[in-house]
Order: sequence, then structure tokens, then C-alpha cells
Amino acid sequence: MPFNLPLAELEVGKHLYWKVGQLNLHGQVFLSSWIVIGALLALVVVGTRKMEREPRGVQNLLEFLWDYLRDLARDQIGEKAYRDWLPFIGTLFLFIFVSNWGGALIPWKLIHLPSGELGAPTADINTTIALALLVSLAYFYAGLSRKGLRYFEYYVEPTPIMLPFKIVEDFTKPLSLSFRLFGNILADELVVAVLAFLVPLVVPLPAMFLGLFTSAIQALIFATLAAYYIGEAVHEEHH
Amino acid sequence: MDSITSAASVLAAGLAVGLGAIGPGIGQGTAAGGAVEGIARQPEAEGKIRGTLLLSLAFMEALTIYGLVVSLVLLFANPFAG
Repeated sequence: MPFNLPLAELEVGKHLYWKVGQLNLHGQVFLSSWIVIGALLALVVVGTRKMEREPRGVQNLLEFLWDYLRDLARDQIGEKAYRDWLPFIGTLFLFIFVSNWGGALIPWKLIHLPSGELGAPTADINTTIALALLVSLAYFYAGLSRKGLRYFEYYVEPTPIMLPFKIVEDFTKPLSLSFRLFGNILADELVVAVLAFLVPLVVPLPAMFLGLFTSAIQALIFATLAAYYIGEAVHEEHH
Repeated sequence: MDSITSAASVLAAGLAVGLGAIGPGIGQGTAAGGAVEGIARQPEAEGKIRGTLLLSLAFMEALTIYGLVVSLVLLFANPFAG
């Protein structure tokens, strides 16, 4: 790039590789996810250290978040089973939300890496595929632990004709979950980077705000869909 | 990468997003129209309608995003570059 402003560069496919045995790890994704996890842990520790009966400050924020996530999980999973899955859904939502916003708001360019650059961990497809596969495992586990082998009745209901579609659905669920999140976040970053490359001042700002908005919505969608899939798996048919 | 492959990839990347945007565009228009109608009929339900609308808009948008992912793969990680 011809100018030296501290802007994120368009670096798709360049990574800081860490060699672990035979594997090449994308180091910058690990670094930024650790920062996100650390920030979340710090927030929760600060918010729950001196709890008061009338919440103030960080505790108030955390209680609001908890209420919000509980309503989300209860709407999708149902009154009976939502308590078991609230921590999972909540963790997914908070991690994705803070990753997306962190990728847009934290000036990562100030931290220099040998190659590649820091950014939202969710802009790397490996992160989103890992999260989506976790969701797959979670809903299988939820269904099997609640219903046992009767869980597989779900595949032939209401008619056995649905069987191939339901099997294909098990593969398309993680595919669409991961691609949706990855594509949205990467697209936001690319749009901002392209605009910042063309006009470095002011003009990228509306795109950035739109990016913040869509990345919050994407976190909500990921959590809602995860909860919906789990709810579908634990749902009891009423005959 | 030879020139035919790169030309075809760039063209395909453009088409993937462009064609992929048609369907969701129509769908989002229909959904937004329905939501406006619903709010006009029942202004007190605005909050709920807005939440549902945003969620469903994001689902439709995801379809274009799939096209975008395909075009990004073609542009930045082309499997046929050889």
C-alpha cells in the first residue's frame, strides 16, 4: 500500500504461522482470541467480585446480559431444558460478539507481527467452523442424552420420506452457520479496508457503523440458531 | 496461473456476488414491505416485528454472503491456480 496510515491492510490469506509438529497454526487468530477471552474473563471477574443487592455498574451490565441470554435460550429451547444449555449459548454469543466488535474497534495495527495481522478471530474460517462443529456436537448430545436412541425418530417424522433431507440437514447446518459468520465478518472488514484505501478519512465511517451493527446481529443469529437446533433436538413430540 | 483461468475466475467472482444478490434482494424487499404493513396495522407490535425482521433479513443476506465466500475463494485462494 502506498501510504503509511495505521490502517488495516487487505491481507487475505497471509497468516502468522506457528508450527506445532506437522501442523501450521494461524497464530494471529490465537493471539486475538486469547485477548478476547481475557477481556471477557476480566469483565466477568470485575463484575461479580463485590456483588450487591442493588446492582450497579459492571454488575448491572452483566445482569442485563444474563437476562437477555436467558430469554433467548428459553424462547428457543423451551422451559424444561434451557438451563442446561444457557452457559453454552451465552458463551457462544459473548465470544462471537466481543470478537466481532473487538476486530472492528481495537486498533490492532499498533501491534506489529512478523507476518499477517491481528483482527477479529471470527474473520478466519477455522474459528467459525470450530464453533459450528461445537454446535453440531452440542445438539446431537442434547438429543441423545434427553431422548436416548429415540432421538433418531426425529429423522423419520412426520414421514420416512424426510429421511434424506434430515440427514443432509445435519451437514448443511454447520456449513451455513460457519460460512454466514465468516462471510459477514470478512466482508465487513474488506468493505472498510477497500473504502479506507480509496478515501482514508471520514468516508469509511458509515461502513464501519454498519459493520458494527451487522456483526452484533450475526452474533445474535449464531446464538439463536444454536439454541434453535438444540431446542429442535430436545423437543418432545406431543401425541 | 494462466490468463484464461484468471480471467474466468475474476468473471465468476463477479457473477457469484451479482447473481447471488438478486434473490435475497427480492426477498428482503418483500419482508420489509410486510413488516411495514404489520407496523402500520399494529404500531404497538413494532418492537417484536423489528426483531423478527432483522433476524430474517440476516438469513436472506447470508445467501449473498455465500456467493461472496465463493468469490473470495476464487480471488484469494483459487484452487485452480495450480
